[in-house]
Amino acid sequence: MTDRLPGFSTLAVHAGAQPDPTTGARVTPIYQTTSFVFNDADHAASLFGLQAFGNIYTRIGNPTTAVLEERMAALEGGTAALAVASGHAAQVVVLQQLLMPGDEFIAARKLYGGSINQFTHAFKSFGWNVAWADPDDIGSFERAVTPRTKAIFIESIANPAGSITDIEAIAEVARKAGVPLIVDNTLATPYLIRPIDHGADIVVHSLTKFLGGHGNSLGGIIVDAGTFDWSKDNKYPMLNEPRPEYHGIRIQETFGNFAFAIACRVLGLRDLGPALSPFNAFMILTGIETLPLRMQKHCENAKAVAEFLAGHPAVASVNYAGLASDRYNKLARKYAPKGAGAVFTFSLRGGYDAGVSLVSNLKLFSHLANVGDTRSLVIHPASTTHSQLDDDAKVRSGAGPDVVRLSIGIEDKEDLIADLEQALT
Amino acid sequence: MNHDTYDDNYIRSILNSVKSIAMVGASPVNVRPSYFAFKYLAQRGYDMIPVNPGHVGKQLLDKPFVASLSDIGRPVDMIDIFRSSSHIMPVVDEALTLSPLPKVIWMQLGARDDAAAEKAEAAGIKVVMNRCPKIECGRLSSEISWMGVNSRTLSSKRAPIPTQGMRLSLNRMSVGGAATAASDRAAKNKGEPT
Repeated sequence: MTDRLPGFSTLAVHAGAQPDPTTGARVTPIYQTTSFVFNDADHAASLFGLQAFGNIYTRIGNPTTAVLEERMAALEGGTAALAVASGHAAQVVVLQQLLMPGDEFIAARKLYGGSINQFTHAFKSFGWNVAWADPDDIGSFERAVTPRTKAIFIESIANPAGSITDIEAIAEVARKAGVPLIVDNTLATPYLIRPIDHGADIVVHSLTKFLGGHGNSLGGIIVDAGTFDWSKDNKYPMLNEPRPEYHGIRIQETFGNFAFAIACRVLGLRDLGPALSPFNAFMILTGIETLPLRMQKHCENAKAVAEFLAGHPAVASVNYAGLASDRYNKLARKYAPKGAGAVFTFSLRGGYDAGVSLVSNLKLFSHLANVGDTRSLVIHPASTTHSQLDDDAKVRSGAGPDVVRLSIGIEDKEDLIADLEQALT
Repeated sequence: MNHDTYDDNYIRSILNSVKSIAMVGASPVNVRPSYFAFKYLAQRGYDMIPVNPGHVGKQLLDKPFVASLSDIGRPVDMIDIFRSSSHIMPVVDEALTLSPLPKVIWMQLGARDDAAAEKAEAAGIKVVMNRCPKIECGRLSSEISWMGVNSRTLSSKRAPIPTQGMRLSLNRMSVGGAATAASDRAAKNKGEPT
């Protein structure tokens, strides 16, 4: 008998979860506890020494959070995952395993403004140096590789303009350079794009967005594809060298194809501390159960709104990869055939002032700094999410002064279009 | 047979059927992977035999070390080899002199010797390479899910509470036991034949 492979929607509901051993509760309970009792001293020592499966302390792992982790690993097609407090925390924990002070990583220039800021300023103080490359010019990634390059970081669907990245082409650059490709898959979710299928070695998310989906809980996750050989050339000492804090265990030797996720847990989360609250894990898990349904509606609505805007006289241009005329449409059809996501930008003929007036006239769209909510959202990136960039970097990242970003929710699309229509006139 | 990826049912049938496991290269040092794989399998009810000529006269979790497979003196179902790839062949050769033959030869995570595997399979022995029985047992029972690992299985049945010496059910629904895009690429990255 060959194993039958359940589909994505089945995994979104079931992966990682099973009725509670003690109570039979069908929904994953919220294990709102800091700590877990040990059976005896030997059991405690085995757990602390990473020798046995089990729970110690919620900063390191929690049964509610573990369900979320396994579900995300299943949805992304990875070997294991680690949930953390936010998408930003996921990025710190990932790079802490890969970079030593003085090392470099290459990042796509088109990223969430908060990531650009984190990479440019916060990481500089750790001695981690970022080299920027243009996702529309694969050669710029190749040219940025140096002997100290330890990773490449891109977004699958890039914030803020919803542009689509050629993951396979950049994965090939990473493979040749002998470094892992990290893909932030937040705006696509595994429902639209599974980066591991296209060559990613590590996938990160802000769970706060479409995965949780309801704008009520922060969270982040790291998914290990299990594809990278960490033992080669001793380039990654965190994974490859004996760890003094664990009596000389070598993480990659002990944990095989999920070693990276374990390193993130026992060397990253354990020591840096950005643990996810079990309550947030529960909220996000509940959200993920309806991810396929919501993403279908998000994409359907986004396409309708983008088409409406493209035909409006006050609109100068619309950047939505789902439109046939968009420069990323070909990549969207390859990587995201089910839909090009629900976050995109457009610019107004009236420039900055028209953008400000549009935002204040809208009655249904909420003006706030998030994306991927059930509610439709609007923001002016140049004065908010991307405000810490200089003017040149704003334009290069797709957040020029005339640009307005929308995150389309799951309301009735006719109501969204009517709201934009009244606000534009 | 293909040793890059294994169908879950293959691994499941092995771990469900074997009762005794001789671990070649078992270490009494409690930070070595062989030590805690040995300990876990003993806790999950397998009859474990530590094989290591350097520790004869000592015990591992109350089981006396033997110097070699031929010193075990009774039939064993499975031989779990905790040695690097270059040391596999002599162990397989010795295993093939046992009577009765073991049913399974298992090579640990990182260990692979295709010629040795072929030899064992020609004698009717099932072979698993580059896997850890602790990880596979934990994965198929979903016990490993506590660490955020993808068990690649589903179940709508109430989970058991594992206790000392308890054999866990490995008969959950598999999500993807065989090849995946990621596992194929992992094999390729390690320069293994695909």
